[in-house]
Amino acid sequence: MAKKSSRERMSNEINAGSMADIAFLLLIFFLVTTTIVEDKGITVKLPPWSEEEPDVTKLKKRNVFSVLVNADNQLLVRGEPTDVGDLKDRAKDFITNPLNREDLAEKPTKAIISLKNDRGTKYGVYLEVYNELKAAYEELWDELAQRRFQTDYTDKMPISQKRSIRSEIPFVISEAEPTSFGEE
Amino acid sequence: MAFTKKRGNTSPEVSTASLPDIIFMLLFFFMVTTVLRDAELKVKVQTPKVTELTKLEEKSLVNYLYIGRPLERYHDLYGTKPRLQLGDKFSSVKDIPLFLEKHKIKVPENRHGQITSSLRVDGDVTMGVVQDVKTELRKSNQLKVNYSAKKRED
Repeated sequence: MAKKSSRERMSNEINAGSMADIAFLLLIFFLVTTTIVEDKGITVKLPPWSEEEPDVTKLKKRNVFSVLVNADNQLLVRGEPTDVGDLKDRAKDFITNPLNREDLAEKPTKAIISLKNDRGTKYGVYLEVYNELKAAYEELWDELAQRRFQTDYTDKMPISQKRSIRSEIPFVISEAEPTSFGEE
Repeated sequence: MAFTKKRGNTSPEVSTASLPDIIFMLLFFFMVTTVLRDAELKVKVQTPKVTELTKLEEKSLVNYLYIGRPLERYHDLYGTKPRLQLGDKFSSVKDIPLFLEKHKIKVPENRHGQITSSLRVDGDVTMGVVQDVKTELRKSNQLKVNYSAKKRED
């Protein structure tokens, strides 16, 4: 009899009050051991390795847009000091050559951007310059896509359309071996 | 008097039965939106801010190379010059081929061409060490590279 009464006193439910604590523990564990995704960046394709230096003497001077970044993080574009802010517009001007000037690229497919830096150049500055050059091309692609297909140049475009734009204005950056100024 | 009687009838406790569910929802949210920390950073990495960003889609196809100055507690051992970190240890440029190979084994063979190397480089580092890493990547035929960066608003 005593047994029966004790069972009656017990409730049939499992106490779920500690469930929240368990879940909290798990939550805190995951908060500590994980990172929030931030996986963005500038994607580039490096040229394959070859022992010989590429021969640039065959290129016409007007088709090469040379950008130099020195160890003091100063910018020299085609022989004249330039500000990073002007780089994008100058590059666009060079690639499209709207006024058919003698000293700018013959046509976008022939334009080559040559980027050179010192070993002492700050990485942040280098990436900023690279970003400006990429932005110039990105804008040109956008303009061409608007004219042709009435859309912006995005990843969602059909591959054939993308390919036709990329073949008209190819993105060619040649990076020379850096000079060893300002090495730490 | 009527007031006190009414109040006496209702129980004063708030039901906490749904609390675990709420916490579980939070938990699942964090489990989905985050990734497990793969390596403890031993170098200071503050990536630069740029505008032209592309997103890295598949985590399993990405390997990470960190370049930066060693954190303060490693100054005695490793100095203050920019260093390369592979996995969770300081490495030299010569260790890159093996590191890439170790990652490659985990990826199915038909996707080897899609492997991307994410360079997480501190903005204040000089290009010398970055250049050496780039050269080594080219020699190992790992040509898809992503310079990790943050979004800049302008």
